[in-house]
Amino acid sequence: MAQALTRAMRDAMAEDPTVHVMGEDVGTLGGVFRITDGLAKEFGEERCTDTPLAEAGILGAAVGMAMYGLRPVVEMQFDAFAYPAFEQLISHVAKMRNRTRGAMPLPITIRVPYGGGIGGVEHHCDSSEAYYVATPGLHVVTPATVEDAYGLLRASIASDDPVVFLEPKRLYWSKADWRPEAPAAVPGIGKALVRRAGTSATLITYGPSLPVCLEAAEAAREEGWDLEVVDLRSLVPFDEQTVVESVRRTGRAVVVHEAGGFGGPGAEIAARVTERCFHHLEAPVLRVTGFDIPYPPPMLEKHHLPGVDRILDTVARLQWEN
Amino acid sequence: MTVQELPGAGASHRSTPPPAWSPRTDAAPLLPDPEPYRVLGTEAADRLDPELMRRCYAELVRGRRYNAQATALTKQGRLAVYPSTVGQEACEIAAALVLEEQDWLFPSYRDTLAAVARGLDPVQALTLLRGDWHTGYDPREHRIAPLSTPLATQLPHAVGLAHAARLRGDDVVALAMVGDGGTSEGDFHEALNFAAVWQAPVVFLVQNNGFAISVPLAKQTAAPTLAHKAVGYGMPGRLVDGNDIAAMHEVLTEAVRRARAGGGPTLIEAVTYRMEAHTNADDATRYRGDAEVEAWKAHDPVDLLERELTARGIIDETAIQAVRDDAETMAAALREGMNADPVVDPMDLFAHVYAEQTDRLREQAAMLRAELEAEDQA
Ligand SMILES: Cc1ncc(C[n+]2csc(CCOP(=O)(O)OP(=O)(O)O)c2C)c(N)n1
Repeated sequence: MAQALTRAMRDAMAEDPTVHVMGEDVGTLGGVFRITDGLAKEFGEERCTDTPLAEAGILGAAVGMAMYGLRPVVEMQFDAFAYPAFEQLISHVAKMRNRTRGAMPLPITIRVPYGGGIGGVEHHCDSSEAYYVATPGLHVVTPATVEDAYGLLRASIASDDPVVFLEPKRLYWSKADWRPEAPAAVPGIGKALVRRAGTSATLITYGPSLPVCLEAAEAAREEGWDLEVVDLRSLVPFDEQTVVESVRRTGRAVVVHEAGGFGGPGAEIAARVTERCFHHLEAPVLRVTGFDIPYPPPMLEKHHLPGVDRILDTVARLQWEN
Repeated sequence: MTVQELPGAGASHRSTPPPAWSPRTDAAPLLPDPEPYRVLGTEAADRLDPELMRRCYAELVRGRRYNAQATALTKQGRLAVYPSTVGQEACEIAAALVLEEQDWLFPSYRDTLAAVARGLDPVQALTLLRGDWHTGYDPREHRIAPLSTPLATQLPHAVGLAHAARLRGDDVVALAMVGDGGTSEGDFHEALNFAAVWQAPVVFLVQNNGFAISVPLAKQTAAPTLAHKAVGYGMPGRLVDGNDIAAMHEVLTEAVRRARAGGGPTLIEAVTYRMEAHTNADDATRYRGDAEVEAWKAHDPVDLLERELTARGIIDETAIQAVRDDAETMAAALREGMNADPVVDPMDLFAHVYAEQTDRLREQAAMLRAELEAEDQA
């Protein structure tokens, strides 16, 4: 996946001279995850810039650059280090189009490696998507496959609106059969995809939890469950249609994500599914999420992260008897 | 109201000229010296206190050994990661030595060694990096704030704590540590400003080790030195050789003394060098050459002091050997402590989120307990 992200930025920069990449350590080092590797060499330090260490400054400067016609792609080094930039994000990035009656859109892509499962020390594993999806004016997307890493990042950079691009860091090293010579065309921002067809219930998920859900769906066959798995790909906008169609087919739904459950994206999704599918549902919409706790230290994270067993236990509860 | 009627809109509306601007005249000299302050190898070394220097030497050698042991533990997989302070030991040790028991240390994620030199148990200091809990000690007990991973965010805390102590009439100084990269964060600037406005008893110690991960100082700031940053906030800035423990000790002691006496904050820039990579996960060859690292080897903090003290007859071979043996003992204890498998209780996930458990967390705890019991039976 890392390679696909690099390639997406490279292609975007080659095609459009207004695309600029910036952030901490993105130049010479190529980023701490090496996602910007080689960009400074190919396009020069003015287009792939090591900034001073200041997230509010980075995003604030990106606002000004976008106001003047550039397309900044900003890297936040880790989920929890994006927080100093929230003032800029919420007060300006998300609101500029609206404040200016459409006169000043901000085509900024904010790349944030997020989520746990890599044994990182504290402040390196937050699932921060709930903060972003609660802020009107931002698109929030997250790839779970190598094709999407490329396709969604290209779409984000091309978007005239600000996009928070959440990179599931534990999937950076996932290798799939992806040929960079011919990047596959994938649907852009706002479209969910059925990753596995099934008939007995729908798992609705995104980002780092997609592979876990696919594994759970395989395991569930033994129990006689044929699970459908929907990958949202984009949290804002939310593809209600794909989700609703799936749940109407299967009659049961479980939302799975790593972020805490209370006020997490799953709460919104469960509410929408209930509103739209009430007469089709055989059971309440259930959720499998991280606990409502600060992200734990590495030695405990396996107990916190939603895994296959927790998903299967929840699926079993869909055998609802009134 | 039209625009013209708005107060202050247009100079012609001013009935009286603005009052004359008067700069502060009562302030101590703020500008740092152009060269880092040095003691070792200069005439100033004539007045070294042999007792203090022997202590500094012993701590430096222990510090170096501690760094080596912690790095070895990462190679054995006992620590997830360790940000080494090899080359920076003089800063770490001096910061710990100048504080009184009631004072507070606010370390950054790199400053485990300063915490250990202040007396923290080495194993407790490393739990964050081992992964059993974020902060493995009680900050109040040791007066050491949690090692701060988000950069510069601990600096306003240091200001607030020092301010609170003064409001309560307590004799407490806070010493806050930050890297060169961290000085670019908004929190750094806000902390300096608050400290100066409140005349809080705080000492800011910037360890300028040349790099913020891969980014060299020249891309971090256009200021002549980081110590210059003090001036705009109205506090003295001091530039010191961070590899010279005698100079570090003197400058920090002076700053702590002034803070204690009500003289307000000081910003100290210690010029040093990070001899190893950012962490064991970093590849330093991508952003710097060997020649630079080699040049700094000749200015090693342990060697500098050892040479000075040997030349002055303050330590000899026997004393050096005794210090090394002591460091070996410390390293062996650390190894042993870290090789014991930590016992972690999964139910701890819920134990410290709120003072009183919420229903929701109680439910989640019950769910995890059931899962664990099912696993046990399987
Ligand atoms: C707010 C914030 N942004 C980014 C990071 C990621 N990060 C960790 S260490 C580091 C470099 C720090 O450099 P410096 O302040 O010079 O301290 P040093 O590592 O040299 O001790 C960065 C960018 C972080 N920890 N916190």
